Amino acid sequence: MASLDQMSTAQSICAAHGNRADALLEILHDIQEHEGFVPKVALGDVAKALNLSRADVHGVMTFYHDFRSTKAGVVTVKICRAEACQSMGAMSLIETFLAKRGMTLGETSDDGRITVEAAYCLGNCAMAPAATINGKLAARLTSQKLETLVAEAGR
Amino acid sequence: MSIVVWVPQDSAAVSAGADDIATGIELIAKARGLDVSVKRNGSRGALFLEPLVEVETANGRVAYGPVESGDVESLFDADFLHGGQHRLGHGLTSEIAFLKNQERLTFARAGLADPLDLVAYEANGGLAGLKNALKMDKAAIVKDVLDSGLRGRGGAGFPAGIKWKTVQEAKAAQKYVACNADEGDSGTFADRMVMEGDPFMLIEGMIIAGFATGATEGYVYIRSEYPDAIAKMKAACLVMAKAGWLGDNVGGSGAAFHLHVRRGAGAYICGEESSMLESLEGKRGLVRAKPPIPAIKGLFGQPTLINNVLTLASVPVILAKGAAYYKDFGMGRSRGTLAFQLAGNISQGGLVEKAFGVSVRELIEGFGGGTATGKPFRTAQIGGPLGAYISADMLDLPMDYEALAGAGAMVGHGGIVVFDESVDMAEMARFAFDFCAIESCGKCTPCRVGAVRGRETMDKILAGVDVAQNVALIEDLCQVMTDGSLCAMGGLTPMPVLSALKHFSQDFDRAPHAVAAE
Repeated sequence: MASLDQMSTAQSICAAHGNRADALLEILHDIQEHEGFVPKVALGDVAKALNLSRADVHGVMTFYHDFRSTKAGVVTVKICRAEACQSMGAMSLIETFLAKRGMTLGETSDDGRITVEAAYCLGNCAMAPAATINGKLAARLTSQKLETLVAEAGR
Repeated sequence: MSIVVWVPQDSAAVSAGADDIATGIELIAKARGLDVSVKRNGSRGALFLEPLVEVETANGRVAYGPVESGDVESLFDADFLHGGQHRLGHGLTSEIAFLKNQERLTFARAGLADPLDLVAYEANGGLAGLKNALKMDKAAIVKDVLDSGLRGRGGAGFPAGIKWKTVQEAKAAQKYVACNADEGDSGTFADRMVMEGDPFMLIEGMIIAGFATGATEGYVYIRSEYPDAIAKMKAACLVMAKAGWLGDNVGGSGAAFHLHVRRGAGAYICGEESSMLESLEGKRGLVRAKPPIPAIKGLFGQPTLINNVLTLASVPVILAKGAAYYKDFGMGRSRGTLAFQLAGNISQGGLVEKAFGVSVRELIEGFGGGTATGKPFRTAQIGGPLGAYISADMLDLPMDYEALAGAGAMVGHGGIVVFDESVDMAEMARFAFDFCAIESCGKCTPCRVGAVRGRETMDKILAGVDVAQNVALIEDLCQVMTDGSLCAMGGLTPMPVLSALKHFSQDFDRAPHAVAAE
């Protein structure tokens, strides 16, 4: 059952975008920025405000990789898996990072401390391997550098 | 009189510590009682030198890089504020070979000033194109773009002027200009650098496009992986609006142009123009069948001019200096310049703008200095994840749309990802299918199902299972995907796969895995 807070957030965000159906991606981004994820109950509010079906809104939310239906860990790491980063060792960097934690890509650790996801190009292709740690772009990564940045972000 | 020190705020430079360096310089200057003014510019594009710190001296700007936080004290000790010698010093920025040997039309202002300084933008040649355009006949503006030979820089290479003409001639109550800034290809960052380093140039190009075609509303669709570019473009729009270049009355012309910045949400397919339109309409990014073409029936069913960032960013210089000036650069039917992006396993990575006709070797070896690891070059993927992997004996090909296409490769958006001898080309072929499966919009069967089956079949090959038959199956699957896909996602995924098979077949010759003894 949604808290009154969550319901009014989705509604007010929709209103701020003029309840325009074409602004759905912006609305979902804003909801996620506010809540950390897009709560299921928000989908119904959004559908109502934009005069769309719940299926439409659900379809959009699940089509795009950015939107999450559950809260992320304290630290979110998005490591690039695309070609330029691969050329500089991204695949083994990712493997090492995950093996250390017994995790697979797209997971949040059981203790809720870390979420590790794949990214497909962060636009930092001349400084590979790249990743973002809580949204902050990092470059020329080594396993050691990545661990240090993640540890710092977790404090 | 303060000594001005420039530290880039481009996200690549920041990812390498530029913000900490800017702060460090300010702190140490203060501690030493020195009058220093630290300003933030865009990146010069010599990314292998970032963070590149520049000092304004009587002789011009002197460059130091790549600077790390720990180097700042030693820079002061070496009197870098007066261009003193230091192991990280490169002398005058304008003399750095990597930069000096380029032909910068689009990136002419890269790194010169604060990207949001409109006065500096105008002083450095900005707004000249727009001012000319506002005095011209709409048909004359379109003719200029046509005559320049400008082709879509997103990768399709379609003559931009023809799109402009189609939208201009369309009769509708509302027309749109949509800028495709969903630069999702690995190995590309030129669009990002334009938006972060010279946003006014892109906006100027879009205003000219709106004026010429009669579109009063514009959208810039920026991928969400570029938060700094999004912020910079939003800020730049406010500056341009305040100066009267955006709004109900552009530069007193009577014509209106309103520009909206919109975020993507992590879908590579939204770089396909019709998928982008669906996304701008708040829907899933499914690809549309053509006809109708977006120029006739695009955003919200209205005539829409869709162009890539670099295409629109080339318009101001064409309108400022004339079509002939732009057309003069280049070769064959590839006129003008392209901002090539050297990426991956490259010693001197960054942005290299050159006229079409420059060879791949000149870019990778001449500008790029070969591999970063120092190990021998094995291959480069040109044009993004849907581009071909070239072999070493293709390095002398000129960067030209037709020349590369003729060799079974693709210029695309100009991204070049370099690999050394450690690359496993069968793994790269598998990744091509993997990426397609992850990013497919799902609409058409050859792409949606083909990608998954391709990945599965590659897994069998990698495990040494029935290799010959499975390679034949891959080739057959590639034909189906090429012929039957609705767009380039499924249609060009075979390109990297088949090029890997053609030039590096030995990597697909896998021995069967030994069965573990129990």
